[in-house]
Amino acid sequence: MNPALLVLSSSTLVHLSPVDLVIIVFYFALVLAIGLYLKGQANTGEDFFMAGREMTAWVAGLAFLSANLGSLELMGWAGNSYKYGILAAHWYWIGAIPSMLFLALIMMPFYYVCKTHSVPGYLKLRFGQDSQALSSISFALMTVLMSGINMYAMAVVMKVVLGWDLNFSIIVSSVTVAIYVALGGLRSAIFNEVLQFFLIWAGALLIPILGLIEAGGWSGLKAKILLNLTEQHAANPGAYTHLWSTLGNFSDNPMGINWAGIVFGLGAVIAMGYWTTDFLVVQRVLAAKDLRSAELAPIIGAAFKMMVPFIVILPGLLGLALLRDGSGNLLRLVPADLAWSPAGQAQGLHGYDEVLPLMLARYCGPGLLGLGITALIAGFMSGMAGNVSAFSTVWTYDIYGALINKNATDEGKVRMGRWVTVIGVAISIGTAYLVMHAQSIMDYVQALFSFFIAPLFGTVILGMLWKRATKAGGFWGLLAGTLSSVGMYTWGKLDPSSVRYLALSDKAQDQAQNMFRALWCWLICVIVTVVVSLMTKPKSDAELKDLVYGLTPIPKQEHVNWFQSPIFWGAVVAIVFVILQIIFW
Amino acid sequence: MKSGGSLSIWFFIGVSLAVNGAIIFARGIYELAYPPEHQVVLYSLHANVWWGAVLLVLGLFFSLRFSPASERARTAAGKS
Repeated sequence: MNPALLVLSSSTLVHLSPVDLVIIVFYFALVLAIGLYLKGQANTGEDFFMAGREMTAWVAGLAFLSANLGSLELMGWAGNSYKYGILAAHWYWIGAIPSMLFLALIMMPFYYVCKTHSVPGYLKLRFGQDSQALSSISFALMTVLMSGINMYAMAVVMKVVLGWDLNFSIIVSSVTVAIYVALGGLRSAIFNEVLQFFLIWAGALLIPILGLIEAGGWSGLKAKILLNLTEQHAANPGAYTHLWSTLGNFSDNPMGINWAGIVFGLGAVIAMGYWTTDFLVVQRVLAAKDLRSAELAPIIGAAFKMMVPFIVILPGLLGLALLRDGSGNLLRLVPADLAWSPAGQAQGLHGYDEVLPLMLARYCGPGLLGLGITALIAGFMSGMAGNVSAFSTVWTYDIYGALINKNATDEGKVRMGRWVTVIGVAISIGTAYLVMHAQSIMDYVQALFSFFIAPLFGTVILGMLWKRATKAGGFWGLLAGTLSSVGMYTWGKLDPSSVRYLALSDKAQDQAQNMFRALWCWLICVIVTVVVSLMTKPKSDAELKDLVYGLTPIPKQEHVNWFQSPIFWGAVVAIVFVILQIIFW
Repeated sequence: MKSGGSLSIWFFIGVSLAVNGAIIFARGIYELAYPPEHQVVLYSLHANVWWGAVLLVLGLFFSLRFSPASERARTAAGKS
């Protein structure tokens, strides 16, 4: 076992009472009951893999958001807001809202009209089987690895926060996920994601409410943060509480990034790639009952996404202002490797990512604490279930059905889907134990996962909007983008000084490096796709019908009032988004 | 969303919120009578009482509004 983990077993952040345990056990019983209840409604491929394509806009929208709202996300971004200040909110606002609206209003009609089961499935229709195989194999591999990492991360959090045994957490969570996804398929995963959405808000909303009361409101919070600024940013007091005004120079903010990295790297490439082509989230919207619901679902998700900083970013900022140790002195959180080292544990240090559980323990007594911990467990499990259900679909349709057994029956695909769900969970358990013995693998796999998304977005967006893009262009662009991103990451690891070229500044922190790397590999993908396409023969217009903008007749929607139309609600969300940027400028 | 069965997803959510709310509310009332030795920050606001009550009311609303009986009644009214 990793030596750091042995140390962790000696201390826990909170202690649960019997009331808390009742709440946690009730959650496990409820999700298993939902899986059993839905067992009889997952008999066909459409039922098992696409939830029968009968989800309302609200259900699809909340599941779309929840699939991304795992506990790694909650705890990680709360920790990032402690570390980087309100800049972390960019990942919820410019790093989500424009791309969600783009998915809803521009891309969703193509996904929906061509009735694909997956994003690799769209690539097959548009660029042929080579692109489908490349993207589906990479996606399947990364998805199941991410599921294992989620599982491991949950076990570590349960150990740090509650002192639970790692094996116990891994086995209980994975068996539960395997049962309810294998029984009910995507419908079961979506049900539990919507349940998780409510549990997260019920369990986490009290922290910012009580925190703001204690801090004396937003102005009191800002004043307290000013007192605790790090030396580096004492000269720039807005560094932790302003979104844009400190992004003129790399050295003016704690992240070491400028506005171009945020706007182009995060907003235009990483976010667009993640929210529009990562099948884990797109699958939820494809399950909508009609095109209007499929367009409204990401807009509903965007509206709630804008509010998530209230329960994630604000607790991190409150931690920066309010957390005190047992003697009443300011509690300084530190990087996880330092906090979890034997020396760090001996000094009682806590990592950035522990800020959310620390704030939970600060305000929540028995009962409320159980609900907060249940929200974290629910987040982990639905993240795992989301990965496993997406893996099951991509494996069955894009690998098994496309490459191994092209004549598979619908019944055979459902059977395969159930088995692959269980096998996917088993591989995830293996990955979890692998990561346990070599923790640095986590960094590599997470990085690889994000690398894949940026070039995929380049390929999909060119495929949808540019009819001249050819089969060869799509494949070579995707391959070049993926290989270049891996190459840049490797260069950065072998030669840390390369950051001044890759991220345009030697002050760039990890997040800033990710933004610029994604931007470069997306550009490489697009350039290669365009150049190769111009050198090769395009498909005819007839072959591209229903796949490319301008050649796809969008079905007429039923007559709806203006206040029911996706464009109206998209505009409302866009206006609120702009207002938030101005308020926190 | 009914999803082909008689139970809506909102019913499950209602049950979850109502049960959790009831437990937290009951614990809050108990703590009013027997204050704990170790008190959390802002204990004086008794968050578990009012937050538990909010969850309970919300959960009961969802549970009743989307209960199998009211779903059947709505379906019957729609057909007539």
